[in-house]
Amino acid sequence: MTTALEIKNLHVSIGDQPILKGINLLVKQGETHALMGPNGSGKSTLAYTLAGHPAYEPSAGQVIFDGKDLLEMEADERSRAGLFLAFQYPAAVPGVTLAKFLRQTINSRRKAQNPEDPGISIPEFRRLLTKKMDSLGIDHKMAGRYLNEGFSGGEKKRVEILQMSVVEPKIAIMDETDSGLDIDALRVVSEGARRLQEEMNMGILVITHYQRILNYIQPDYVHIMLDGRIVESGGPELALELEERGYDWLREKHGVLEVA
Amino acid sequence: MSTFNKDAVIKLSASLNEPEWMLQRRLQAWALYESLPMPTTKDEEWRRTDIRRLKLNEIGPSVNGDAAVNTAIPEFLGKELTEDVAGGRMLQVDGVVRQYELSDELKAQGVIFCDMHTAVSQHPDLLQKHFMTEGVRPDEGKFAALHAAFWRGGTFLYVPKNVQAAAPLHSVLWSVNGKTFTHTLVIVDVGAEAVFMDEYASAGGELPGLHNGCIELLVRDNASLIYAGLQDFGQNIWQFNHERGRIGRDARLDWVTSVMGSRLTKAFQTLELDRPGGWGRMSGIFFTNGRQHLDMDTQQNHNAGSTTSDLLYKGALRDKSRTVWQGMIKAQPGSQKIDGFQANRNLMLDKTARADSIPGLEIEADDVKCTHASAIGQLDPEELFYLMSRGIPRNTAVEMSVQGFFDPLMRRIPFEGVRNRIFDRIVEKIYT
Repeated sequence: MTTALEIKNLHVSIGDQPILKGINLLVKQGETHALMGPNGSGKSTLAYTLAGHPAYEPSAGQVIFDGKDLLEMEADERSRAGLFLAFQYPAAVPGVTLAKFLRQTINSRRKAQNPEDPGISIPEFRRLLTKKMDSLGIDHKMAGRYLNEGFSGGEKKRVEILQMSVVEPKIAIMDETDSGLDIDALRVVSEGARRLQEEMNMGILVITHYQRILNYIQPDYVHIMLDGRIVESGGPELALELEERGYDWLREKHGVLEVA
Repeated sequence: MSTFNKDAVIKLSASLNEPEWMLQRRLQAWALYESLPMPTTKDEEWRRTDIRRLKLNEIGPSVNGDAAVNTAIPEFLGKELTEDVAGGRMLQVDGVVRQYELSDELKAQGVIFCDMHTAVSQHPDLLQKHFMTEGVRPDEGKFAALHAAFWRGGTFLYVPKNVQAAAPLHSVLWSVNGKTFTHTLVIVDVGAEAVFMDEYASAGGELPGLHNGCIELLVRDNASLIYAGLQDFGQNIWQFNHERGRIGRDARLDWVTSVMGSRLTKAFQTLELDRPGGWGRMSGIFFTNGRQHLDMDTQQNHNAGSTTSDLLYKGALRDKSRTVWQGMIKAQPGSQKIDGFQANRNLMLDKTARADSIPGLEIEADDVKCTHASAIGQLDPEELFYLMSRGIPRNTAVEMSVQGFFDPLMRRIPFEGVRNRIFDRIVEKIYT
């Protein structure tokens, strides 16, 4: 059975300010969707809301993930159910090494399945980590560093994809993974995500400003978001059109004022 | 039950078969104790620590024969002592040696590692010269004097000139009766090196107990000492400590202090950088909960130029516990080219806890680099969300975050087994 992420009429406000004004979107396992839109259109709010950030409380709507009510689940439960968010700005966790963190993500999954599980053995974990780090061109020394502390922009993004490959989600949201990456890093990171899609039939929702990442992760569907709504959906050609014409024609078409 | 008085001093000394010189020192210290007033919150150093509820004579001294010598010790202590990599191991229960081992290699190197009473009888020259003469002196305060009169048990370590102790030393002082007056005296002679881990713990209980301890760390020219003093007393214990490290020319002292237990702790910890090229680092790890009260008074005294001191004390607080850190960096006139740093960071896990962080500088030289920092913060919700977003349950995320707060300091504790046990204690304290 394939898993799907189904967003129905989702509304989210921050304080008194409505940010998402009725999002509808269906992402199935194996599919690639691109969500594009200018700054302030609500893309990252959608990502955080889906991941379960406590500051983003939906005021209306529903999200069904794998047949379950996603909005009723804590952030950790959502992750264990198979939803992953690659953060645009991953938090630094001082004092916790990347290796310790990744081992804990694996063990938390195993313990949720079976409370008696002793956790992954150190040699097995080491083998797994070495393999995954190599495939993303991450220096092994990174494993002993504190998570995201002092990492460069490119290192942070690679490590997000490393986490993705360790937890093997059913559906991954990549929030502006392309921002701040040079071409080489972008290629490695995109290939990593695509490989996971091929190996495990992962569904991907790519959130981006630019067409660039879509050259590496080709979308089946492209959605345009303006002012908290998805105003246009289509195939890959929509992204190319956007690249050529910008957002203004869409603003005009849908009567949306540019956000200052 | 005996109380603190002159007869008790004589009785204690006799029960330990001490030589006359030590009895005389004890009696002098007792006279000094009697001449000093009990500290009150009117004294600057005691302003934030009220000990009016302490009834010293309801606790009384620790005399030979009053210890429950045959009681079981906690399994983890014994296990650790046999599993660690130490070349010298000693376990004392209420001042009486229960287990002792020193490797042939260390013996052949001339390393002396024994309990303090053995040291008094077998190494009188060293003791007469160095016991409470240049490290901590009896006249430093009421509790230093009380210790000098009633000290009992503890550890002596001497590493001869130019000897690199072949393996670390490990001492565990376990108390069942909750009355300990242990003394640690470490002398690392010129050009020598050692790693020593010194643990203090007690069983806990309903009745109030007392730890009146003293730590003297003498690191001679070109010598190096890594010293970790780890305290995990029951929350019935009043702790009063005087601790001092002296650092010679081009010598190094890496000093780690961990405080998990006690009802109330007042500790004076002083680093003396006596000669150029000296380096001293003080690392503090503490976690208080319930109504624990912890007051650490630290001094970094740059008595010579071209010396470096680096202090970082980190505390986590829960419930209605309270901590005070008051730090001072002093540079004597003429102590040029010194580098002194002090920082205190506190992690408030409950709004009801309180941490006072009081850095200070007294600099009487002009070509110096002295800085301080202090911070009080809470767990970062973004950090917790990030951990949870990878499937880690909230409790585990909190544990990781609190452990992470201490991790850079924990890495300075020389034994992995002990490090892990303190990590476990930290997790326990998050929930108790």
